Amino acid sequence: MTSLHNAVLDLKKLDLLGRGNTSLHRLDARAKVLVTLIFILCVVSHGRYELSALIPFFLFPVIMISLSSIPPLFIVRKIALLAPFFLVAGAFNPLFDRDVMLYVGSCGISGGWISYASIIIRSILTVGAAFILVGTTGFNADCQALEQLGMPQVFAVQLLFLYRYIFVLADESYRSSRARELRSCGKKGLGITSFGSMVGHLLLRSWQRAERIHTAMLARGFTGQFHTMRQSRFGAAEMCFVAGWSTLFVFLRCQNVSHFLGTLITEFFQ
Amino acid sequence: MSHHIVEVKNLCHSYPDGTRALDSVSFIITHGESVGIIGANGAGKSTLIQHLNGSLQSTAGSIHIGHTPLSKDTLPDIRRTVGMVFQDPDDQLFMPTVFDDVAFGPCNLGYSPADVEQRVTEVLDLVGAGHLRDKPPYHLSGGEKKRVAIATVLAMSPDILAMDEPTSGLDPYARRQVIALLQGFQHTKIITSHDLDLVLELCPRIIILHDGKIIADGAALELFNDVKLLERCRLEQPLSMQSCGYCRKVAYTH
Repeated sequence: MTSLHNAVLDLKKLDLLGRGNTSLHRLDARAKVLVTLIFILCVVSHGRYELSALIPFFLFPVIMISLSSIPPLFIVRKIALLAPFFLVAGAFNPLFDRDVMLYVGSCGISGGWISYASIIIRSILTVGAAFILVGTTGFNADCQALEQLGMPQVFAVQLLFLYRYIFVLADESYRSSRARELRSCGKKGLGITSFGSMVGHLLLRSWQRAERIHTAMLARGFTGQFHTMRQSRFGAAEMCFVAGWSTLFVFLRCQNVSHFLGTLITEFFQ
Repeated sequence: MSHHIVEVKNLCHSYPDGTRALDSVSFIITHGESVGIIGANGAGKSTLIQHLNGSLQSTAGSIHIGHTPLSKDTLPDIRRTVGMVFQDPDDQLFMPTVFDDVAFGPCNLGYSPADVEQRVTEVLDLVGAGHLRDKPPYHLSGGEKKRVAIATVLAMSPDILAMDEPTSGLDPYARRQVIALLQGFQHTKIITSHDLDLVLELCPRIIILHDGKIIADGAALELFNDVKLLERCRLEQPLSMQSCGYCRKVAYTH
Protein backbone atom coordinates (compact mmCIF):
# COMPACT_ATOMS: atom_id res chain seq x y z
CA MET A 1 0.00 0.00 0.00
CA THR A 2 2.97 2.30 0.58
CA SER A 3 3.72 2.07 -3.13
CA LEU A 4 0.14 3.17 -3.94
CA HIS A 5 0.50 6.08 -1.54
CA ASN A 6 3.82 7.07 -3.10
CA ALA A 7 2.35 6.78 -6.59
CA VAL A 8 -0.47 9.15 -5.64
CA LEU A 9 1.95 11.62 -4.07
CA ASP A 10 4.02 11.37 -7.23
CA LEU A 11 0.92 12.18 -9.29
CA LYS A 12 0.43 15.34 -7.22
CA LYS A 13 3.83 16.46 -8.49
CA LEU A 14 2.27 16.96 -11.92
CA ASP A 15 0.45 20.02 -10.62
CA LEU A 16 3.71 21.38 -9.22
CA LEU A 17 5.43 20.86 -12.57
CA GLY A 18 2.64 22.91 -14.13
CA ARG A 19 3.89 25.92 -12.17
CA GLY A 20 7.16 26.00 -14.14
CA ASN A 21 8.26 29.07 -16.04
CA THR A 22 9.62 27.80 -19.35
CA SER A 23 8.51 29.27 -22.68
CA LEU A 24 6.16 26.32 -23.04
CA HIS A 25 4.64 26.92 -19.58
CA ARG A 26 4.05 30.58 -20.43
CA LEU A 27 2.01 29.77 -23.54
CA ASP A 28 -1.74 30.21 -23.23
CA ALA A 29 -3.34 27.00 -21.95
CA ARG A 30 -5.84 26.97 -24.84
CA ALA A 31 -3.02 26.56 -27.37
CA LYS A 32 -1.60 23.55 -25.54
CA VAL A 33 -5.03 21.99 -25.04
CA LEU A 34 -5.88 22.44 -28.76
CA VAL A 35 -2.57 20.96 -29.91
CA THR A 36 -2.94 17.99 -27.55
CA LEU A 37 -6.50 17.35 -28.74
CA ILE A 38 -5.42 17.43 -32.40
CA PHE A 39 -2.49 15.16 -31.56
CA ILE A 40 -4.75 12.62 -29.85
CA LEU A 41 -7.25 12.77 -32.71
CA CYS A 42 -4.55 12.13 -35.31
CA VAL A 43 -3.04 9.27 -33.32
CA VAL A 44 -6.26 7.40 -32.57
CA SER A 45 -7.69 7.83 -36.07
CA HIS A 46 -5.06 5.54 -37.61
CA GLY A 47 -6.09 2.08 -38.76
CA ARG A 48 -6.06 -0.77 -36.23
CA TYR A 49 -3.06 -2.50 -37.88
CA GLU A 50 -1.02 0.69 -38.22
CA LEU A 51 2.36 0.63 -36.52
CA SER A 52 5.03 2.36 -38.57
CA ALA A 53 2.98 5.52 -39.18
CA LEU A 54 2.64 6.03 -35.40
CA ILE A 55 6.38 6.11 -34.71
CA PRO A 56 7.00 9.70 -35.99
CA PHE A 57 4.36 10.96 -33.53
CA PHE A 58 6.86 10.35 -30.71
CA LEU A 59 8.51 13.53 -31.94
CA PHE A 60 5.82 15.56 -30.13
CA PRO A 61 6.31 14.21 -26.57
CA VAL A 62 10.10 14.23 -27.00
CA ILE A 63 10.19 17.90 -28.05
CA MET A 64 7.61 18.97 -25.46
CA ILE A 65 9.51 17.24 -22.63
CA SER A 66 12.82 18.73 -23.69
CA LEU A 67 11.32 22.24 -23.96
CA SER A 68 9.43 22.09 -20.68
CA SER A 69 12.16 20.58 -18.47
CA ILE A 70 9.75 17.92 -17.20
CA PRO A 71 11.82 14.93 -16.00
CA PRO A 72 11.32 12.32 -18.81
CA LEU A 73 11.52 9.44 -16.33
CA PHE A 74 8.66 10.95 -14.35
CA ILE A 75 6.37 10.80 -17.40
CA VAL A 76 7.57 7.27 -18.20
CA ARG A 77 6.73 6.18 -14.63
CA LYS A 78 3.27 7.74 -14.87
CA ILE A 79 2.59 5.93 -18.15
CA ALA A 80 3.85 2.69 -16.57
CA LEU A 81 1.36 3.20 -13.73
CA LEU A 82 -1.49 3.06 -16.25
CA ALA A 83 0.13 0.31 -18.35
CA PRO A 84 -1.98 -2.52 -16.84
CA PHE A 85 -5.14 -0.90 -18.21
CA PHE A 86 -4.04 -0.68 -21.82
CA LEU A 87 -2.16 -3.99 -21.67
CA VAL A 88 -5.41 -5.69 -20.68
CA ALA A 89 -7.49 -3.70 -23.20
CA GLY A 90 -5.99 -5.49 -26.21
CA ALA A 91 -4.85 -8.69 -24.55
CA PHE A 92 -7.38 -10.87 -26.42
CA ASN A 93 -6.55 -9.53 -29.88
CA PRO A 94 -3.81 -12.16 -30.55
CA LEU A 95 -6.31 -14.93 -29.64
CA PHE A 96 -9.13 -13.80 -31.91
CA ASP A 97 -7.20 -12.46 -34.88
CA ARG A 98 -4.75 -15.16 -35.96
CA ASP A 99 -4.34 -14.33 -39.65
CA VAL A 100 -0.65 -13.89 -40.40
CA MET A 101 -0.03 -10.41 -41.77
CA LEU A 102 3.71 -10.01 -41.56
CA TYR A 103 6.79 -12.17 -41.80
CA VAL A 104 9.96 -11.32 -39.93
CA GLY A 105 12.40 -13.75 -41.48
CA SER A 106 10.52 -17.04 -41.38
CA CYS A 107 8.44 -16.05 -38.36
CA GLY A 108 4.84 -15.05 -39.14
CA ILE A 109 3.18 -12.38 -37.04
CA SER A 110 -0.60 -12.42 -36.81
CA GLY A 111 -2.86 -9.39 -37.20
CA GLY A 112 -3.84 -9.76 -33.52
CA TRP A 113 -0.31 -9.13 -32.33
CA ILE A 114 0.06 -6.15 -34.66
CA SER A 115 -3.21 -4.55 -33.51
CA TYR A 116 -2.21 -5.25 -29.87
CA ALA A 117 1.12 -3.47 -30.43
CA SER A 118 -0.75 -0.62 -32.14
CA ILE A 119 -3.07 -0.22 -29.12
CA ILE A 120 -0.06 -0.11 -26.79
CA ILE A 121 1.77 2.51 -28.88
CA ARG A 122 -1.35 4.64 -29.24
CA SER A 123 -2.00 4.45 -25.50
CA ILE A 124 1.58 5.44 -24.67
CA LEU A 125 1.35 8.41 -27.06
CA THR A 126 -2.05 9.69 -25.92
CA VAL A 127 -1.57 9.10 -22.18
CA GLY A 128 1.91 10.61 -22.40
CA ALA A 129 0.53 13.67 -24.23
CA ALA A 130 -2.15 14.14 -21.54
CA PHE A 131 0.45 13.96 -18.74
CA ILE A 132 2.70 16.40 -20.59
CA LEU A 133 -0.26 18.76 -21.00
CA VAL A 134 -0.97 18.74 -17.24
CA GLY A 135 2.75 18.99 -16.47
CA THR A 136 3.16 22.07 -18.65
CA THR A 137 -0.11 23.81 -17.78
CA GLY A 138 -1.62 22.53 -14.51
CA PHE A 139 -4.99 20.84 -14.26
CA ASN A 140 -6.91 23.96 -13.23
CA ALA A 141 -5.65 25.91 -16.24
CA ASP A 142 -6.44 22.97 -18.54
CA CYS A 143 -10.05 22.87 -17.35
CA GLN A 144 -10.30 26.63 -17.63
CA ALA A 145 -8.98 26.41 -21.21
CA LEU A 146 -11.50 23.70 -22.09
CA GLU A 147 -14.24 25.92 -20.71
CA GLN A 148 -12.99 28.87 -22.78
CA LEU A 149 -12.95 26.61 -25.82
CA GLY A 150 -16.65 25.94 -25.37
CA MET A 151 -16.99 23.07 -22.90
CA PRO A 152 -19.94 23.71 -20.53
CA GLN A 153 -18.81 24.98 -17.12
CA VAL A 154 -20.59 22.15 -15.35
CA PHE A 155 -18.34 19.59 -17.10
CA ALA A 156 -15.21 21.61 -16.27
CA VAL A 157 -16.16 21.67 -12.58
CA GLN A 158 -16.97 17.94 -12.68
CA LEU A 159 -13.54 17.27 -14.14
CA LEU A 160 -11.84 19.37 -11.49
CA PHE A 161 -13.67 17.65 -8.67
CA LEU A 162 -12.99 14.23 -10.17
CA TYR A 163 -9.30 15.06 -10.26
CA ARG A 164 -9.26 16.39 -6.69
CA TYR A 165 -11.28 13.46 -5.32
CA ILE A 166 -8.95 10.87 -6.87
CA PHE A 167 -6.50 11.95 -4.17
CA VAL A 168 -9.15 11.87 -1.43
CA LEU A 169 -10.17 8.34 -2.42
CA ALA A 170 -6.56 7.15 -2.71
CA ASP A 171 -5.73 8.67 0.68
CA GLU A 172 -8.70 7.01 2.37
CA SER A 173 -7.93 3.66 0.65
CA TYR A 174 -4.39 3.85 1.92
CA ARG A 175 -5.55 4.44 5.50
CA SER A 176 -8.16 1.64 5.44
CA SER A 177 -5.81 -0.83 3.86
CA ARG A 178 -3.02 0.00 6.32
CA ALA A 179 -5.40 -0.55 9.26
CA ARG A 180 -6.45 -3.94 7.82
CA GLU A 181 -2.90 -5.02 7.08
CA LEU A 182 -1.63 -4.13 10.53
CA ARG A 183 -4.29 -6.25 12.19
CA SER A 184 -4.18 -9.24 9.86
CA CYS A 185 -0.69 -10.30 11.02
CA GLY A 186 0.67 -10.93 7.53
CA LYS A 187 -2.30 -13.18 6.60
CA LYS A 188 -5.31 -12.44 4.46
CA GLY A 189 -7.36 -11.03 7.32
CA LEU A 190 -10.96 -12.11 6.85
CA GLY A 191 -10.48 -12.28 3.11
CA ILE A 192 -13.33 -11.28 0.85
CA THR A 193 -15.78 -10.83 3.77
CA SER A 194 -13.73 -7.99 5.29
CA PHE A 195 -13.03 -6.59 1.84
CA GLY A 196 -16.73 -6.03 1.13
CA SER A 197 -17.41 -3.97 4.23
CA MET A 198 -14.09 -2.17 3.80
CA VAL A 199 -15.09 -0.94 0.34
CA GLY A 200 -18.43 0.23 1.75
CA HIS A 201 -16.71 2.12 4.57
CA LEU A 202 -14.22 3.53 2.11
CA LEU A 203 -17.01 4.96 -0.01
CA LEU A 204 -18.74 6.54 2.98
CA ARG A 205 -15.52 7.94 4.44
CA SER A 206 -14.41 9.37 1.09
CA TRP A 207 -17.86 10.88 0.67
CA GLN A 208 -17.73 12.55 4.09
CA ARG A 209 -14.22 13.83 3.53
CA ALA A 210 -15.15 15.12 0.08
CA GLU A 211 -18.09 16.96 1.66
CA ARG A 212 -15.80 18.56 4.26
CA ILE A 213 -13.42 19.71 1.54
CA HIS A 214 -16.32 21.07 -0.47
CA THR A 215 -17.55 22.94 2.62
CA ALA A 216 -14.08 24.42 3.08
CA MET A 217 -14.12 25.54 -0.55
CA LEU A 218 -17.55 27.13 -0.20
CA ALA A 219 -16.39 28.87 2.97
CA ARG A 220 -13.68 30.53 0.90
CA GLY A 221 -16.00 31.91 -1.74
CA PHE A 222 -15.98 29.04 -4.26
CA THR A 223 -18.80 29.59 -6.76
CA GLY A 224 -18.05 26.93 -9.32
CA GLN A 225 -15.06 28.56 -10.96
CA PHE A 226 -11.41 27.73 -10.51
CA HIS A 227 -9.01 30.59 -11.07
CA THR A 228 -5.40 30.53 -12.17
CA MET A 229 -2.83 33.16 -11.31
CA ARG A 230 -1.11 33.01 -14.67
CA GLN A 231 -2.36 35.77 -16.97
CA SER A 232 -2.05 34.92 -20.65
CA ARG A 233 -3.65 35.72 -23.96
CA PHE A 234 -3.90 33.89 -27.24
CA GLY A 235 -1.31 35.83 -29.24
CA ALA A 236 1.03 35.30 -32.19
CA ALA A 237 3.20 32.77 -30.34
CA GLU A 238 0.14 30.65 -29.59
CA MET A 239 -1.06 30.91 -33.20
CA CYS A 240 2.33 29.72 -34.46
CA PHE A 241 2.41 26.92 -31.87
CA VAL A 242 -1.03 25.62 -32.87
CA ALA A 243 -0.51 26.07 -36.61
CA GLY A 244 2.96 24.47 -36.61
CA TRP A 245 2.07 21.37 -34.62
CA SER A 246 -1.33 20.90 -36.28
CA THR A 247 0.22 21.02 -39.75
CA LEU A 248 2.81 18.46 -38.71
CA PHE A 249 0.19 16.15 -37.16
CA VAL A 250 -2.08 16.30 -40.20
CA PHE A 251 0.92 15.66 -42.46
CA LEU A 252 2.00 12.67 -40.34
CA ARG A 253 -1.58 11.41 -40.38
CA CYS A 254 -1.81 11.58 -44.18
CA GLN A 255 1.72 10.45 -45.00
CA ASN A 256 3.47 7.40 -43.60
CA VAL A 257 6.83 9.09 -43.01
CA SER A 258 8.43 5.96 -41.54
CA HIS A 259 7.54 4.00 -44.64
CA PHE A 260 8.78 6.80 -46.89
CA LEU A 261 12.11 7.05 -45.03
CA GLY A 262 12.48 3.26 -45.03
CA THR A 263 11.95 3.10 -48.78
CA LEU A 264 14.37 5.97 -49.32
CA ILE A 265 17.12 4.32 -47.27
CA THR A 266 16.57 0.93 -48.89
CA GLU A 267 16.78 2.47 -52.37
CA PHE A 268 19.90 4.40 -51.39
CA PHE A 269 21.73 1.23 -50.32
CA GLN A 270 20.55 -0.72 -53.36
CA MET B 1 -21.97 44.54 8.40
CA SER B 2 -20.23 47.40 10.12
CA HIS B 3 -20.79 46.04 13.63
CA HIS B 4 -19.66 42.45 13.71
CA ILE B 5 -22.23 41.21 16.14
CA VAL B 6 -23.07 37.53 16.06
CA GLU B 7 -26.61 36.95 17.21
CA VAL B 8 -27.92 33.40 17.47
CA LYS B 9 -31.59 32.95 18.38
CA ASN B 10 -33.22 29.64 19.36
CA LEU B 11 -30.97 27.68 17.03
CA CYS B 12 -31.90 24.01 16.65
CA HIS B 13 -30.25 21.35 14.55
CA SER B 14 -31.15 17.71 14.08
CA TYR B 15 -29.07 15.34 11.98
CA PRO B 16 -30.80 13.04 9.45
CA ASP B 17 -30.45 10.07 11.84
CA GLY B 18 -32.59 11.97 14.36
CA THR B 19 -29.77 13.09 16.69
CA ARG B 20 -30.73 16.46 18.14
CA ALA B 21 -27.37 18.22 18.17
CA LEU B 22 -28.55 21.75 19.10
CA ASP B 23 -31.58 22.63 21.15
CA SER B 24 -32.71 26.28 21.31
CA VAL B 25 -29.25 27.79 21.49
CA SER B 26 -29.22 31.58 21.87
CA PHE B 27 -26.42 34.07 22.50
CA ILE B 28 -24.99 37.38 21.31
CA ILE B 29 -21.29 37.96 20.69
CA THR B 30 -20.31 41.60 20.31
CA HIS B 31 -17.62 43.22 18.18
CA GLY B 32 -14.06 42.31 19.19
CA GLU B 33 -15.05 39.70 21.77
CA SER B 34 -13.16 36.43 22.18
CA VAL B 35 -15.54 33.66 23.13
CA GLY B 36 -14.72 30.04 23.87
CA ILE B 37 -17.36 27.40 23.25
CA ILE B 38 -16.61 24.34 25.34
CA GLY B 39 -18.32 21.08 26.12
CA ALA B 40 -17.80 17.33 26.17
CA ASN B 41 -17.63 15.22 23.02
CA GLY B 42 -20.98 15.32 21.24
CA ALA B 43 -22.11 18.45 23.12
CA GLY B 44 -22.73 20.26 19.80
CA LYS B 45 -19.69 22.56 19.58
CA SER B 46 -18.67 21.73 16.01
CA THR B 47 -22.30 21.68 14.88
CA LEU B 48 -22.83 25.14 16.36
CA ILE B 49 -19.70 26.68 14.86
CA GLN B 50 -20.49 25.26 11.43
CA HIS B 51 -23.79 27.13 11.48
CA LEU B 52 -22.03 30.47 11.84
CA ASN B 53 -20.93 30.58 8.20
CA GLY B 54 -23.77 28.54 6.79
CA SER B 55 -21.84 25.30 6.41
CA LEU B 56 -24.78 23.64 8.14
CA GLN B 57 -28.40 24.72 7.88
CA SER B 58 -30.43 25.01 11.03
CA THR B 59 -33.61 23.05 11.62
CA ALA B 60 -35.09 26.06 13.42
CA GLY B 61 -33.96 29.43 14.74
CA SER B 62 -31.97 32.23 13.19
CA ILE B 63 -28.47 33.66 12.95
CA HIS B 64 -27.64 37.31 12.31
CA ILE B 65 -24.12 38.44 11.51
CA GLY B 66 -23.84 42.20 11.94
CA HIS B 67 -27.64 42.59 11.69
CA THR B 68 -27.68 40.61 8.41
CA PRO B 69 -29.76 37.45 8.63
CA LEU B 70 -28.00 34.32 7.45
CA SER B 71 -29.89 33.13 4.37
CA LYS B 72 -29.13 31.73 0.94
CA ASP B 73 -28.95 35.25 -0.51
CA THR B 74 -26.59 36.63 2.14
CA LEU B 75 -24.38 33.53 2.29
CA PRO B 76 -21.52 34.86 0.09
CA ASP B 77 -21.25 38.04 2.21
CA ILE B 78 -21.46 36.13 5.45
CA ARG B 79 -18.81 33.65 4.36
CA ARG B 80 -16.57 36.59 3.52
CA THR B 81 -17.19 38.06 6.99
CA VAL B 82 -16.92 34.87 9.04
CA GLY B 83 -13.63 33.08 8.37
CA MET B 84 -13.84 29.43 9.34
CA VAL B 85 -10.79 27.42 10.37
CA PHE B 86 -11.71 23.74 10.28
CA GLN B 87 -10.64 21.13 12.81
CA ASP B 88 -8.61 19.06 10.35
CA PRO B 89 -6.30 21.25 8.22
CA ASP B 90 -6.16 18.46 5.62
CA ASP B 91 -9.80 19.24 4.82
CA GLN B 92 -8.92 22.89 4.29
CA LEU B 93 -5.78 22.55 2.19
CA PHE B 94 -6.58 21.09 -1.21
CA MET B 95 -4.50 23.03 -3.75
CA PRO B 96 -1.10 21.94 -5.12
CA THR B 97 0.98 24.48 -3.18
CA VAL B 98 0.64 26.62 -0.06
CA PHE B 99 0.59 29.73 -2.24
CA ASP B 100 -2.26 28.39 -4.41
CA ASP B 101 -4.20 27.39 -1.33
CA VAL B 102 -3.93 30.79 0.32
CA ALA B 103 -4.67 32.48 -3.02
CA PHE B 104 -7.85 30.39 -3.54
CA GLY B 105 -10.06 32.71 -1.43
CA PRO B 106 -8.78 36.06 -2.79
CA CYS B 107 -9.06 34.72 -6.38
CA ASN B 108 -12.70 33.82 -5.72
CA LEU B 109 -13.25 37.31 -4.35
CA GLY B 110 -12.08 38.70 -7.69
CA TYR B 111 -8.78 40.25 -6.57
CA SER B 112 -6.32 41.11 -9.38
CA PRO B 113 -3.24 38.83 -9.66
CA ALA B 114 -1.02 41.57 -8.21
CA ASP B 115 -3.36 42.05 -5.22
CA VAL B 116 -3.57 38.29 -4.70
CA GLU B 117 0.22 38.06 -4.69
CA GLN B 118 0.47 40.89 -2.16
CA ARG B 119 -2.30 39.54 0.08
CA VAL B 120 -0.88 36.00 0.10
CA THR B 121 2.61 37.27 0.94
CA GLU B 122 1.22 39.43 3.76
CA VAL B 123 -0.79 36.69 5.48
CA LEU B 124 1.88 34.04 5.07
CA ASP B 125 4.37 36.39 6.71
CA LEU B 126 1.81 37.14 9.43
CA VAL B 127 1.48 33.48 10.39
CA GLY B 128 5.23 32.89 9.98
CA ALA B 129 4.83 30.63 6.95
CA GLY B 130 6.41 32.79 4.23
CA HIS B 131 9.13 30.20 3.64
CA LEU B 132 6.50 27.52 2.93
CA ARG B 133 4.79 29.30 0.03
CA ASP B 134 6.00 26.97 -2.73
CA LYS B 135 5.67 23.76 -0.74
CA PRO B 136 2.87 21.25 -1.31
CA PRO B 137 0.57 21.21 1.76
CA TYR B 138 0.87 17.44 2.25
CA HIS B 139 4.59 17.85 3.01
CA LEU B 140 3.99 20.20 5.96
CA SER B 141 4.04 19.29 9.65
CA GLY B 142 0.84 19.50 11.72
CA GLY B 143 1.72 22.91 13.16
CA GLU B 144 2.67 24.30 9.76
CA LYS B 145 -0.57 23.00 8.24
CA LYS B 146 -2.57 24.68 11.00
CA ARG B 147 -0.84 28.02 10.48
CA VAL B 148 -1.33 27.81 6.72
CA ALA B 149 -5.01 26.90 7.27
CA ILE B 150 -5.36 30.06 9.39
CA ALA B 151 -3.59 32.03 6.63
CA THR B 152 -6.06 30.74 4.00
CA VAL B 153 -8.87 32.27 6.04
CA LEU B 154 -7.04 35.50 6.93
CA ALA B 155 -6.34 36.07 3.22
CA MET B 156 -10.04 36.83 2.77
CA SER B 157 -9.85 39.61 5.39
CA PRO B 158 -12.66 38.27 7.58
CA ASP B 159 -14.04 40.32 10.45
CA ILE B 160 -14.90 37.30 12.56
CA LEU B 161 -12.72 34.23 13.04
CA ALA B 162 -14.49 30.98 13.90
CA MET B 163 -12.10 28.20 14.82
CA ASP B 164 -12.89 24.57 15.49
CA GLU B 165 -10.25 23.02 17.76
CA PRO B 166 -7.37 25.24 16.60
CA THR B 167 -4.71 23.37 18.58
CA SER B 168 -5.87 19.75 18.32
CA GLY B 169 -3.04 17.38 17.47
CA LEU B 170 -0.31 19.97 17.87
CA ASP B 171 2.86 19.56 19.91
CA PRO B 172 3.41 22.04 22.79
CA TYR B 173 5.63 24.35 20.74
CA ALA B 174 3.27 24.50 17.74
CA ARG B 175 0.34 24.96 20.14
CA ARG B 176 2.13 27.89 21.79
CA GLN B 177 2.81 29.40 18.35
CA VAL B 178 -0.86 29.21 17.38
CA ILE B 179 -1.94 30.74 20.72
CA ALA B 180 0.55 33.60 20.30
CA LEU B 181 -0.72 34.12 16.76
CA LEU B 182 -4.35 34.26 17.85
CA GLN B 183 -3.53 36.61 20.73
CA GLY B 184 -2.24 39.09 18.18
CA PHE B 185 -5.51 39.20 16.21
CA GLN B 186 -8.02 41.97 16.84
CA HIS B 187 -10.85 40.04 15.15
CA THR B 188 -13.95 38.82 16.92
CA LYS B 189 -12.92 35.27 17.80
CA ILE B 190 -15.14 32.27 18.40
CA ILE B 191 -13.15 29.22 19.42
CA THR B 192 -14.34 25.70 20.18
CA SER B 193 -11.80 23.56 21.99
CA HIS B 194 -11.12 20.82 24.48
CA ASP B 195 -7.89 22.66 25.30
CA LEU B 196 -9.31 24.56 28.27
CA ASP B 197 -6.00 26.28 29.02
CA LEU B 198 -6.05 27.76 25.53
CA VAL B 199 -9.62 28.91 26.10
CA LEU B 200 -8.61 30.46 29.44
CA GLU B 201 -5.73 32.31 27.79
CA LEU B 202 -7.62 33.58 24.76
CA CYS B 203 -11.24 33.96 25.81
CA PRO B 204 -12.50 36.17 28.64
CA ARG B 205 -15.96 34.71 28.02
CA ILE B 206 -17.05 31.09 27.63
CA ILE B 207 -20.22 29.32 26.61
CA ILE B 208 -20.66 25.80 28.00
CA LEU B 209 -22.69 23.38 25.89
CA HIS B 210 -24.11 20.12 27.16
CA ASP B 211 -26.34 17.80 25.12
CA GLY B 212 -26.95 20.56 22.58
CA LYS B 213 -28.06 23.15 25.14
CA ILE B 214 -26.30 26.14 26.64
CA ILE B 215 -25.74 25.35 30.30
CA ALA B 216 -23.74 28.45 31.16
CA ASP B 217 -22.58 31.64 29.47
CA GLY B 218 -20.32 34.03 31.34
CA ALA B 219 -16.85 35.09 32.44
CA ALA B 220 -14.31 32.33 31.85
CA LEU B 221 -12.57 32.58 35.22
CA GLU B 222 -15.86 32.51 37.07
CA LEU B 223 -17.25 29.48 35.22
CA PHE B 224 -13.95 27.60 35.38
CA ASN B 225 -14.10 27.99 39.13
CA ASP B 226 -17.49 26.27 39.29
CA VAL B 227 -16.18 22.72 39.62
CA LYS B 228 -19.63 21.18 40.13
CA LEU B 229 -20.93 22.78 36.95
CA LEU B 230 -17.87 21.56 35.05
CA GLU B 231 -18.29 18.02 36.37
CA ARG B 232 -21.97 18.02 35.40
CA CYS B 233 -20.93 18.93 31.86
CA ARG B 234 -18.20 16.24 31.80
CA LEU B 235 -15.48 18.90 31.96
CA GLU B 236 -12.80 19.86 34.42
CA GLN B 237 -10.79 22.92 35.27
CA PRO B 238 -7.94 23.99 33.00
CA LEU B 239 -4.66 22.39 34.14
CA SER B 240 -3.21 25.79 34.95
CA MET B 241 -6.02 26.36 37.47
CA GLN B 242 -5.84 22.89 39.00
CA SER B 243 -2.39 23.54 40.37
CA CYS B 244 -3.23 26.99 41.63
CA GLY B 245 -3.94 26.89 45.34
CA TYR B 246 -5.78 30.21 45.35
CA CYS B 247 -8.12 29.28 42.50
CA ARG B 248 -8.77 25.85 44.00
CA LYS B 249 -9.70 27.51 47.28
CA VAL B 250 -12.02 29.94 45.47
CA ALA B 251 -13.56 27.05 43.55
CA TYR B 252 -14.49 25.09 46.63
CA THR B 253 -15.88 28.08 48.55
CA HIS B 254 -18.56 28.55 45.79
